[in-house]
Amino acid sequence: MGEKVLMKGNEALAAAAVRAGCRFYFGYPITPQTELAAYMSKIMPKVGGTFLQAESEISAINMLYGAAAAGARAMTSSSSPGVSLKGEGISYMAGADLPGVIVNVERGGPGLGSIQPSQQDYWQATRAMGHGDFFQIVYAPNTVQEMADMIFTAFEKADEYLTPVMILADGLLGQMMEPVELPDEIGELPEKPWATTGTKGKREHNIANSLYLQSNELEAKLLERAKRYEIILDKEQQSEGFMLDDAEIVLVAFGASSRIARSAVVKAREEGIKVGLLRPITLWPFPAKALEATLGTAKAYLSVEMNMGQMVDDVRLVVGKDVPVEHFGRTGGIIPTPDEVLEAIRSLNAKVGE
Amino acid sequence: MNMQSIRGEIPSVLKELPSVVVVFGHYGVGKTNFSLNLAYDLAAEGRQVTLVDLDIVNPYFRSSDHAAALEAAGIRLLCPQSANTALDAPMLNVAIDSAIEEARSEEGHVCIIDAGGDDVGATALGRFSKLIKQGEHAVLYVVNALRELTKQPQEAADLLPEMEYTSHLRATHVVNNTHLMDATDESVVKRGIEFAEEVARILDVPLLCTAVPLACEAGSLSLLTPAAQQLKESIDSAKLTCANCYFVSIYVKKPWD
Repeated sequence: MGEKVLMKGNEALAAAAVRAGCRFYFGYPITPQTELAAYMSKIMPKVGGTFLQAESEISAINMLYGAAAAGARAMTSSSSPGVSLKGEGISYMAGADLPGVIVNVERGGPGLGSIQPSQQDYWQATRAMGHGDFFQIVYAPNTVQEMADMIFTAFEKADEYLTPVMILADGLLGQMMEPVELPDEIGELPEKPWATTGTKGKREHNIANSLYLQSNELEAKLLERAKRYEIILDKEQQSEGFMLDDAEIVLVAFGASSRIARSAVVKAREEGIKVGLLRPITLWPFPAKALEATLGTAKAYLSVEMNMGQMVDDVRLVVGKDVPVEHFGRTGGIIPTPDEVLEAIRSLNAKVGE
Repeated sequence: MNMQSIRGEIPSVLKELPSVVVVFGHYGVGKTNFSLNLAYDLAAEGRQVTLVDLDIVNPYFRSSDHAAALEAAGIRLLCPQSANTALDAPMLNVAIDSAIEEARSEEGHVCIIDAGGDDVGATALGRFSKLIKQGEHAVLYVVNALRELTKQPQEAADLLPEMEYTSHLRATHVVNNTHLMDATDESVVKRGIEFAEEVARILDVPLLCTAVPLACEAGSLSLLTPAAQQLKESIDSAKLTCANCYFVSIYVKKPWD
């Protein structure tokens, strides 16, 4: 680790990716993630890497497929509407078991929506990134430091499980400045014996492919992949708890809204309300185990999101029907204030408190 | 008691700035926070201040976010009609020319132009450069030793010619705005001064002042954090020599601050 510098979230994602061994970046400009591409355009020539502004988001994701198949650490990034365009390519990558990192710096939607921050792509990232039975690991940083650190984890997990990995950020995280200590440059990269690097006449062909001419072969592949998903679900859940020990009201929030929720929790505690915060760091796998651990004290849950209520579904799946689960959100590019969240905590407390 | 009285007098070099002040520099060095402080402080000195938000590059964290507070302080804000909307378009306010002329002709008026980052952001200045150069003006090149791509004085110096080229303006002063937000301490300030002096030497442009941010406790406009209190004391007691030290507030904040 070096010294602290000031960086925007978008810049930190780019700078850390290069230090994690990423030498191929393919992208297309879109607010609010453009600084990431701009940074890559400056740095890649200096480190012998490739920055390529593709003609579209669809081209960029297919370039990522190609680079990943050839064994490179590669990345693409966009914001919500652009990420929708990448859906097909991500499905193909999952189908061919290719590792790669996709960054989504979310903005308001649907459609062109807004250039302001949102968390409206939770369902897309965790459930419906593309067609077919597949998942991608999804990380949700909430500081610029975490954005830098998580890019390392993202590349590592992509290579380990042979899957696309998404960093789900939002316009606020991408645009804001914070002090950050960039991780050291990575040493050795993992061997990729499956990569299409040329047989040199010495081995069988490696093929990156998602097409199966026999249905039973495809089913067998899907079953094999599902076993990997089971391992991910078991081993890769990450979350952070804050004031949860005696929490009767448990807030669940990720990314930028977790920073707001945390401020609200501190204020509510000053009023004597027993409230805590569970922050999912991985959105898929959702940190079900950590959430289950809060059931002992919890009388109610409040999912705080910058959307109309998406992650709240995952909270309900874990919590079940016995304890009330509510959602508080602002959406369409509006960021909730800590006071608004505090008010939601107060009214939930009035409802369930003795 | 408000933040202004805690921060104390603003350096006389800032009070003596000409009536047209351009602020430009690398992305994220803190141009907007510096411009806001200058606008509020000159207004408090009794000046009639117009703040121009000329950022055509980035729709986030800009002067226009502070429209209500600026208006309350009697400061006129000229921003693109698209500011604070979801329209990401490079628009300029039509009243900028007349604001520059007015600042020149009316006693006590000052026009501060907060440009977007890098040469791209400085491009929007080109349109007004002729008018700006017709009279007295200052062009402040803001630097920050802790921005990742301009940590070396030479790197910061190398960016200026590109900005001067696109803006058709020459920097008249360097402004040192080295900080680590609320983690700014003595060593950060010290390092910033050495850095900015070296940038000024390379460019042969004088160093105007060193901005030192004083963070307040969450939700307060007047209660300094212990770290900020300590920083202010060490500069006040000259443990830390800082020529033309300008204590500034942190106006550019995040929703949870």
